[in-house]
Amino acid sequence: MLRRPTTGFPRAVKLGALALGAGLAAAPAAAEELRIGFLAPMTGIFAQVGKDMSNGFEMYVDEVKGDFAGAKVKFILEDGQGKPPVNVRKAEKLTRQDKVHVMIGGLLASTGYALAPVSTREKTVYIPSVAAADDLTQREASKYPYVVRTGWTSSQPNHPFGEWACEQGYKKIVAIGADYAFGYEVVGGFQRAFEACGGQVIQKIWPPLGTKDFGPFIPTIREDADAIFTLMVGPMSLQFPKQLAASGNKKPVLGGGTSYDEFVLPSMGDESIGHYSALQYSAAIDTPKNREFVRKYREKYGKVPSYYSESNYTTAQMIHEVMKQTKGKWPGAGKFVQMLSKVKVDSVRGPIRLDELRNPVHNVYIRKVEKKKMHGYDQDELWNTVIKTYPNVSQFWKWGKDEFLKQPVYSRDFPPCKFCQ
Amino acid sequence: MSERAKIIAVVAALVVLVLYMQFGATSFVRLVITQALIFGILAMSLDILLGYTGLPSLGQAAYLGMGAYVAAILTTRFGFGLDWTFWLLIVLGFVIGAVTAAFFGLFAIRATGVYFLMITLALGQCVWGLAYRWNSLTGGDNGINMPGRPDFGLDLSNDMNFFYVVLGFFVATLAALYLLVKSPFGRSLVGIRESELRMRMLGYNTWLHKYVAFIIAGGFGGLAGVLWAFLNGLVSPEDVILATSVDALLMVVLGGPGTLIGGVIGAGLVVFVREYLSTVVEWWQYVLGGMYVLTILYLPGGLMGIPERIRQRRAQAAGAVRAEAVSTSH
Repeated sequence: MLRRPTTGFPRAVKLGALALGAGLAAAPAAAEELRIGFLAPMTGIFAQVGKDMSNGFEMYVDEVKGDFAGAKVKFILEDGQGKPPVNVRKAEKLTRQDKVHVMIGGLLASTGYALAPVSTREKTVYIPSVAAADDLTQREASKYPYVVRTGWTSSQPNHPFGEWACEQGYKKIVAIGADYAFGYEVVGGFQRAFEACGGQVIQKIWPPLGTKDFGPFIPTIREDADAIFTLMVGPMSLQFPKQLAASGNKKPVLGGGTSYDEFVLPSMGDESIGHYSALQYSAAIDTPKNREFVRKYREKYGKVPSYYSESNYTTAQMIHEVMKQTKGKWPGAGKFVQMLSKVKVDSVRGPIRLDELRNPVHNVYIRKVEKKKMHGYDQDELWNTVIKTYPNVSQFWKWGKDEFLKQPVYSRDFPPCKFCQ
Repeated sequence: MSERAKIIAVVAALVVLVLYMQFGATSFVRLVITQALIFGILAMSLDILLGYTGLPSLGQAAYLGMGAYVAAILTTRFGFGLDWTFWLLIVLGFVIGAVTAAFFGLFAIRATGVYFLMITLALGQCVWGLAYRWNSLTGGDNGINMPGRPDFGLDLSNDMNFFYVVLGFFVATLAALYLLVKSPFGRSLVGIRESELRMRMLGYNTWLHKYVAFIIAGGFGGLAGVLWAFLNGLVSPEDVILATSVDALLMVVLGGPGTLIGGVIGAGLVVFVREYLSTVVEWWQYVLGGMYVLTILYLPGGLMGIPERIRQRRAQAAGAVRAEAVSTSH
């Protein structure tokens, strides 16, 4: 991970400017500058995901040649190493040293929870484009007035997914998910919706984040389950289906979106074919907009875009929308958050608007891993075929804001596992 | 250098640091320097074990973690430590570090060498496990966000005020540990490092000496933890991972074990590379790695060993010349 992509002013230019002194640095001051600090893991086990994130954002910026309605975009990438405390320190650097207008990114839910207080402390806008920690735009939204989300809440796609699982006739499901906030929220959302329509989650297994050997976990999966719900992140996504198949599993497998994301899909074997997942994006969405996005992304970076790429591409698009309204002037952090919450875009993933707690309302796609040809590529590849679309899903699903917020945030112990023995 | 000259050098360095903080540093650099001081405290505490007693502990992050989590839990749950009670919290952090060390010491002190390394590593991982898995208390992987820094007439949310408080604790730690290592107790620790068997033959209770040193190191580790929690604003299991312990060990080795101030220099360098250089260049990890490798290969005494090495070289060269002179005179 030696190369750090930058656009607008490449790092080398920046260093050069520093070396040559103020004379050179002052030259482009005529145009308004929009300084964007981007936090993504560039080293460590999540480095490839981080790359997808920054690539997505960069691609949009490059498409408009770094010009957001007259504002020159200065893109500053910092490596958060996938560790919350490191992200906090890099965020301090971005706000204090670079005086960025907007901070974007953070991969893990725990990182989202760590960065939000920094945004309040430093009065800087923070856009969690990937970090999906539920409470940032739910129970704690009032604590973080400068947080506005363009990604999703972890539980959001899993509410409709739970209902869909009922429709398929599954009665008893075993959940196995990564042992941290994101895992609890994904599994919790699924469990709540699934049990609301009569299903039962009969066992919950929590392997630690970054587990490579699922040997101690897979044999404990209960025999009487109709299906398995998994939530894997990063490299775990690759290991789990292989080891599950090797154990001779015949049960249907459902998964949180990141378990079958396009980030791992090309490296997966045929054992994942037929697995279901739910997310607000799939590279196989059959719309002209998405087809063009996939083609361009693939041409530029040599791989199919993942939701990590799409989310950041769309984030850039939404920021651009705001800057169009202000004609390239920075409106101030508070005003920016307000304006961004009102933006409605027709994005690659579908139509997006934000709800009153500043979280997107967007389509959720139920997807099935299939091997086929797609978007005119002439090879058989694994794709997340969309088999059902739930339009305009809000983070509160069908419960409505007030009722939803009355319950505590999904955790290891909530919803309680009533049907576990 | 005489002891007196060393003390003057340290005081001069601190004065320069204060002047730089006050007039030169940007607000981000101020954070980095404050962090370096806190890790300096941690490194000094470890140096008592590694440098003076000869006990290479790989679990020093445990005490930092205990201090940090106590601070985080008390401030977020009870609002304790956000006014004048900050001073009580500091004492509490010190005590919790010391008590933890007193407990761990019972298991660890029996071992020496690699076995000591392994046991302290395992014990340190126990604390990490608690932090990571005891969700209801520690917030698990999310960690705990601090509600802010204390305000007891002096508002510590101002970075400069906080820096001065940290500097105060840093100087106090340096002074206390300096007096400790110069005391008869400290001399007997060095004796244990050089030859435990001989010390035992002379009638010293070496187990007790090592145990007390272990507790003292834990206490100052806990102190560093409380300050760290307030500086970073987030206490996370990532603070307690093995990497933090290894970092502390490397800081001491890099600067020079058995010198106290060497650990501080090591801490300064490591924090500078990790926090500052990493924002400037992508290949900062090579710098850090290169530094470690070169130190271990060529400077067994760490950076503080450089003057001594130069003196040795000169003495050798002089000796060679003299030998030659002697041989030609025959």
